[in-house]
Amino acid sequence: MTTTAVRPRVAPQVVRGATRRGTRRVRGAILTLIAPFVLLFLFVYVTPIVYSVVQSFFSLQTSSLGFGEPSTVFVGLDNYTKAIESGAFWSALGRIFAFGFVQVPVMLGIALGLALLLDSAAARWVSLYRILYFLPYAIPGVIAAVLWAYLYSPTLSPFVALGDSLGADVDFLGPRVVLWSMANITTWAFTGYNMLIMLSALQAIPREQFEAARIDGASEWRIARVIKTPQIRPALVLTGINSIIGTIQLFNEPQVMRVISDAVNSEYVPTMLAMGAAFVKNDFGYAAAVSVLLALVAGVLSVLYYTLAMRRSQ
Amino acid sequence: MTATTPVRPDATRVDAPRERRRRPRRDGELQVDPRTAWATLGVLTLAAVYFLIPVWWLLVSVTKSNATLFSTNGFAFGDIDLAANVTDVLTRQDGLFGRWLLNSIMYAGVGGVLATLLGVSCGYALAKYQFRGRGILFGGIIAGVLIPSALLTVPLYLVFAKLGLVNTVWAVLIPAVVNPFAVYLGRIYAAASMPDELMEAGRLDGAGELRIYWTIALRLMSPALVTVLLFSFVSIWNNFFLPLIMLSDQDLYPVTLGIYNWYTQTREANYNVVITGSLLSVIPLVVAFLSLQRFWRSGLTAGAVKS
Repeated sequence: MTTTAVRPRVAPQVVRGATRRGTRRVRGAILTLIAPFVLLFLFVYVTPIVYSVVQSFFSLQTSSLGFGEPSTVFVGLDNYTKAIESGAFWSALGRIFAFGFVQVPVMLGIALGLALLLDSAAARWVSLYRILYFLPYAIPGVIAAVLWAYLYSPTLSPFVALGDSLGADVDFLGPRVVLWSMANITTWAFTGYNMLIMLSALQAIPREQFEAARIDGASEWRIARVIKTPQIRPALVLTGINSIIGTIQLFNEPQVMRVISDAVNSEYVPTMLAMGAAFVKNDFGYAAAVSVLLALVAGVLSVLYYTLAMRRSQ
Repeated sequence: MTATTPVRPDATRVDAPRERRRRPRRDGELQVDPRTAWATLGVLTLAAVYFLIPVWWLLVSVTKSNATLFSTNGFAFGDIDLAANVTDVLTRQDGLFGRWLLNSIMYAGVGGVLATLLGVSCGYALAKYQFRGRGILFGGIIAGVLIPSALLTVPLYLVFAKLGLVNTVWAVLIPAVVNPFAVYLGRIYAAASMPDELMEAGRLDGAGELRIYWTIALRLMSPALVTVLLFSFVSIWNNFFLPLIMLSDQDLYPVTLGIYNWYTQTREANYNVVITGSLLSVIPLVVAFLSLQRFWRSGLTAGAVKS
């Protein structure tokens, strides 16, 4: 019991000290500390956002006769209308939604399950398993995708070979399956990372609570469900929002799978669609509109998820 | 009481990047049903197998010549041609692979150090001073953490193109240096490890604010700096979309983009080269991960508990 009382508070946001002494020297120091980051942040984050939003209202148009230099014309919301009316945009968006609704819960579910198991009294060799699960995160996403592409490719894949010897026709690259083959790559790469975040949060819960619950006769399963999981809500929020953002900008997996699967076209996901619009079709206004829409979708989903996850606690 | 309740001074302190002291065999008194223990072990091992399958396949495949790759079982060793593969990777296109590795080390090293310094300085100011615009600044940084950064890359390309930065090292380095997550972590660590009393003491001794930061705060935060550096380094090393968009000169490629390039070009004739290159490019990171584990966990904990 004493440990709880002595435990240092986690969030002492004491920001006093120099408050009232607001001298010019302090102000200069603050400026020196923040200016380099802030200036570059403005350059690398804010400029492209503003530029995108502005460009999304313009379009590059050639004169109807095809003479002369193409000129940039204000087109209002045309680029947005074009995106919303385009089948390709909705297909790409639909794919990442399908991907996100299945892959994210599966991945986070596995991560939570593994974290709870590693935190349970029954687990042994915790640090070994922890490293093994985290290992895929050390492999850059695009390289992980390349390795899995080989593991999927019909001529090389040991799984396909295994299927053949058992008389089963295994195909990872067909139009119906390839999205889930990509989901597997993402799950493989990020489950351990998410597991580690959850496990760190679990290990920060004071152990006394579990002992008290055990004395009251609660099973380990019930402790995991009723005591542990609700207390790592911030970790679940963080991993959930990270995963949503990751799914919105899904790129490495489809870009790599495109090389070996005919089922993946150049507009398979929104990021590829925007890239193609900008660099292949030189239609930057359209690319910008797609990016702005995606950023909005990401924002709405993150807020929604946050609200949902936090409301559950009450 | 004290005999049965071991004091764990660090177990609940999650904000400082200090290694959590190994918990004494917790729940030691608790009897675990052996069946539960075996079932737990079984599930954990099954998961480990899933995560290790591609790694095992990679370790096996890297030893095979291209012909052997197609003629043997992917999970079993065949004729060992590891040396030939490595030589092939290192000498191909006049040793381009070595150059890619060096580029990656440069981008991630220089970019990571600068990202850490800039981010932690800004985070420290946010944590320890009150100034006008602080709220807006912090809000902007959180938004920066949350925005899907791939969406910024295409417009950034156009901005960089106007400035003539495209297809230069700066096109990769400048965005790499700006890491909002480093500010976020820096703020948490500064709040946790730099007491106001120490700043006050420094002031009384006549030290300026920057000197207090540079000589006292940074030193106190040095374990945190390693954590932030590690996160920045790895995120730059792993980045693929940014260099893909920005660079066309192969001599400037980081190793991720280089391998992707080989992957798209070579097809079946040279799978062994891509596979061996992948392994070689991953080794430095895996070593960094395994040896710096505690710093990872501290960073992940800070992110998870404080959000």
